[in-house]
Amino acid sequence: MRAIAIIAAKEVRDGLRNRWVVAITLLMAALALTLTLLGSAPTGTVGVSPLSVVVVSLSSLTIFLVPLIALLISYDAIAGEIERGTMGLLLSYPVARFEVVTGKFLGHAAILGIATIIGYGAAGAALAFGGGVEPGAWTAFAAMVGTSILLGAAFIALGYLASALVRDPRTAGGIAVGIWLFFALIYDMALLGILVADKGRTVTPAVLDALLLANPADAYRLLNLTGFSNVSLFAGMAGLAQQMALGKAALAAALVAWTAVPLSLAALVFARREL
Amino acid sequence: MSGATATLSGVTKRYGAQCAVDGVDLVLQPGERVALVGHNGAGKSTLIKLMLGLVRPNAGRIVVLGADPAHGAAAKAEIGYLPENLVLQPSATGAELMAFYASLKRQPVAHNRAILERVGMGEAAKRRVHTYSKGMRQRIGLAQALIGTPRLLLLDEPTTGLDPALRQHFYEIVDELAHRGTTVLISSHALAELENWSDRVVVMSRGRKAADGTITDLRELAERPVRIRITLPEGNISLLPESLGTALEWERIGERVIELRCPAADKAEVVRRLATSPVAFRDIEILVPTLDEIYAHFLQREAAE
Repeated sequence: MRAIAIIAAKEVRDGLRNRWVVAITLLMAALALTLTLLGSAPTGTVGVSPLSVVVVSLSSLTIFLVPLIALLISYDAIAGEIERGTMGLLLSYPVARFEVVTGKFLGHAAILGIATIIGYGAAGAALAFGGGVEPGAWTAFAAMVGTSILLGAAFIALGYLASALVRDPRTAGGIAVGIWLFFALIYDMALLGILVADKGRTVTPAVLDALLLANPADAYRLLNLTGFSNVSLFAGMAGLAQQMALGKAALAAALVAWTAVPLSLAALVFARREL
Repeated sequence: MSGATATLSGVTKRYGAQCAVDGVDLVLQPGERVALVGHNGAGKSTLIKLMLGLVRPNAGRIVVLGADPAHGAAAKAEIGYLPENLVLQPSATGAELMAFYASLKRQPVAHNRAILERVGMGEAAKRRVHTYSKGMRQRIGLAQALIGTPRLLLLDEPTTGLDPALRQHFYEIVDELAHRGTTVLISSHALAELENWSDRVVVMSRGRKAADGTITDLRELAERPVRIRITLPEGNISLLPESLGTALEWERIGERVIELRCPAADKAEVVRRLATSPVAFRDIEILVPTLDEIYAHFLQREAAE
């Protein structure tokens, strides 16, 4: 436990030191503020809470941005440290391998968490100063921030798995880009193509639900865009939300599983790995 | 055997078809200063990694500080390790890295100051690693290995690329630990560098232990001749070797210089006879085989087998 905390703390300190945290926070705050300010402009007259709009636009942004950042900070974690010799050194200390993986994971998740809370919080604060936010929308906003961190955690875990599997950190980087392209872009396009071609013959709603859970980015999207009535209305997902058999709990559980399973696999692969 | 710091018996490690370590037996005793030498790829680093549990053997048994290094982390609190080609994190300061490593070993961070002073990094530890020279990075690398006064110190090519003064400093520091009972194992591909430092030399060649013993043992085992150079005054230079009686191998290597060759074991006898020889000589120089010669001999013998 002690070792996990020490390693996690070092990871956070390194993140602050090499300006990863600052860079990610600024990027997220800049994009969030841009979306907030642009997003609320055309809605002044329709009476929808700007915060609900912000939740829609920010969660769409998150689906692309957060997995990319998560993979960028995680792909080097194991393969890179092995190459630099620091992993061998770390393991010569009284530290178990699962403690190294867990500690690093908690540190990286904390980095992403800090950046998300501050970056998106800045957008929320800007709206709060503007006034006119209905109280219920804050719940949706808070849930969006929380699930964004969870989505990030899932992709950090996937990045670790890539990093534990290959010898060369550059290969791990390539795999990370592949993972991002697949889950953030290709998966949905392919799914859409299949749905159109299939016309509901084999892809029943139950199959579709399973397919949506099979991508953490889709689980995240559904959780945020259908989870709150105001938001789903504005996201154009209200119809879908009524048909969905998947509850919030199932979607959140999918995200947790998408974190726990790759992380456990990464720890397992790393435990057997020879340095 | 219970007092041994590390015991390896019949340890073999294969990477695919390549045998990195091949049936090595090795026992390291407390306070021993061991030089582990061999070419690049001879299995030195793999042997060290086996002792640390970073790689697992295909065959054989390893016990380090009473435990199997691949299982259980407890014994590692008493091991110091400096990996080959360590790249320290550039954005951290030396002191920060030391604090991190000390807390992992459950050692008081306050003791780091003394260790950093000892390796000559008392002041520089406040600066970031990217401002350090190669020598300074190696000093920090050594400093972290010294945390908690380990019972086993494994240094993998620690002095490669360091200037001779710093190298000497390295050996002085690890000697202090050895005097207090720490087993120190230093690997190197240059044996000559470790000649005056080690109590024992282990020569590795293509995964196998080619030789193991004190420098004197190795000299005798290698059966390299001792060369005695004698500068003579005017006169017939063949007189001297002839005066020594037994048929000694000799050759003329200069105007007035001859070189005698004799087995290392006969050296004392030959010198005694020289001293009592009626032929006067002006100068004498005894050339014992250098470590590199001995080392080359063992490697050739291993290759021939």
